[in-house]
Amino acid sequence: MRQDSAAKIILKQSWGDYYLFRLETPKIAAEARPGQFLMVRVNDTPYPLLRRPFSIHAGEKKTLELFFQVAGQGTALLAQKRKGETLDVIGPLGKGFIPDGENLGTSYLIGGGRGIAPLYFLARHLKRLGTEVKVFYGGKSLADLPLKEKFKKVGLDILFSTDDGSFGFRGFVTKLMEAEIKRKRPALLFVCGPERMMKKSAEIAASHKIPARISLESMMGCGFGACWGCVKKIKKGDGGNWRKICEDGPAFWAEEIIWDEAR
Amino acid sequence: MVDLSVDLGFLKLRNPVLAASGAFGYGLEFSPFVDLSKIGGVVVKGLHFGPREGNPPPRLVETTGGLINAIGLPGVGVERFSKEILPELRKIGTAVLVNVCGTSDEEYIQVIEYLDRQEGIAAYELNISCPNVNRNGLCPALDPETTQALVKQAKAKSRRPIIVKLSPNVTDIAEIAKAAEEAGADGLSLINTLLAMAVDIETGRPKLANIFGGLSGPAIKPIALRMTYQAAAAVKIPVIGIGGIMSGADALEFLIVGAKAVQVGTANFIDPAATVRIAREMEDFCRRKGIKKITELIQTVKR
Repeated sequence: MRQDSAAKIILKQSWGDYYLFRLETPKIAAEARPGQFLMVRVNDTPYPLLRRPFSIHAGEKKTLELFFQVAGQGTALLAQKRKGETLDVIGPLGKGFIPDGENLGTSYLIGGGRGIAPLYFLARHLKRLGTEVKVFYGGKSLADLPLKEKFKKVGLDILFSTDDGSFGFRGFVTKLMEAEIKRKRPALLFVCGPERMMKKSAEIAASHKIPARISLESMMGCGFGACWGCVKKIKKGDGGNWRKICEDGPAFWAEEIIWDEAR
Repeated sequence: MVDLSVDLGFLKLRNPVLAASGAFGYGLEFSPFVDLSKIGGVVVKGLHFGPREGNPPPRLVETTGGLINAIGLPGVGVERFSKEILPELRKIGTAVLVNVCGTSDEEYIQVIEYLDRQEGIAAYELNISCPNVNRNGLCPALDPETTQALVKQAKAKSRRPIIVKLSPNVTDIAEIAKAAEEAGADGLSLINTLLAMAVDIETGRPKLANIFGGLSGPAIKPIALRMTYQAAAAVKIPVIGIGGIMSGADALEFLIVGAKAVQVGTANFIDPAATVRIAREMEDFCRRKGIKKITELIQTVKR
């Protein structure tokens, strides 16, 4: 965990309001694990004031990639940065997707919209470990699947869905994933996407008794456990505790998450 | 070589920049990013006697140049703090100040009595001004008599100096400042956050689950500066200025209006090394102006 105030943008790609930056940040890249995130400063002025959290989309020896969608003022400012400019980033933050010592088996990775971001890093990592991986990538429409070739290029097994049927399976990605579970039951699910989709995935995981790691999103003040601002309710015994998404997560076991209060 | 050290009377600091309570965790969270031994001091997150959960989320909302929080003082409590965190903080070699909280007068005293038995604490900061733990931002710092009664009790029990952290949500800050001084406070720190709110126009709901929260960040600096000026003019005990300090220039304004030291809060979230950077920027200013001791600037504002 460290600050790099000069992470150079060495590649920038965009598709509509989706963007990808490759950052040269060797020290952070060397520590980064799938499911972790960076806090990125999007401007030097006091508005917006706070850094923005972005999950790590891909990691190589000296570089990291961010994949994001413009969703507000912070992301809009970030999208204006050009290749060759530098970003002030803090990372890698959070615990990542896979707890240490977890015994892995066939894994299904389900990503909705920009929630696909951390799953590329995870998929490649799992594949290197020899794990059988299948990715489910869903969006509203074909325009929401800008990374569809990227997964294929590196030989990842991937299925697509769009709500409007413009590409792949017509319907929600959770439905596509459940159909596949019925064909072949995986050992683990990994999920990231809109809240409704993550909640549905958690229900499916529970009904099929498959453990699932779900990466939650939250507004964050600092990203490293100091402000206590990003909490959501996570089960502990019979009750629940407000736990920090940044430090204790962002990925939690599906059955730990108390959804109605995870607003 | 500029002498940045300041003497609060009860505590000497290597430089006038302290990390503010609530925006610096228990201090150790920042060790990957900043050399804690170079900070003037660390005011650790508010401690109640026992562990606390804090408020339901959403707890944060960003506004123009500011941040409204309704965290609600979650924390580990005095026992875990003393056993797990304080021993680590002692190794750093930075003045450790503990922000003392209570839901009743008795709890403030309980916290002080427990911490009085621990080593490695330079002073207490009595948090009588958190706007997020009671309805409508109610807290002891809103009333001079309540302030006085609580400070007197705390001073009677404590073996350590007590800085009283004041609320800006009052009509006359000088009156409260004097009340705390008369009750025996060793110093004052101000301001805590300003009671504030934000609404989501799509849903019509407040953006914070707690409805109200405390506004911090650069947006509040002019108000904090005005209140620091007023408080410093009203009392003889040292005043520590807090509120929206993002740079050395900001911190210097507080010194010039009468603060002997400053605390940096929200800036730490954006720049986790802000405390040390701000001290360095103050030093650069003094060098440029030929000022040998930073204390030469204190309360030099021209009228």
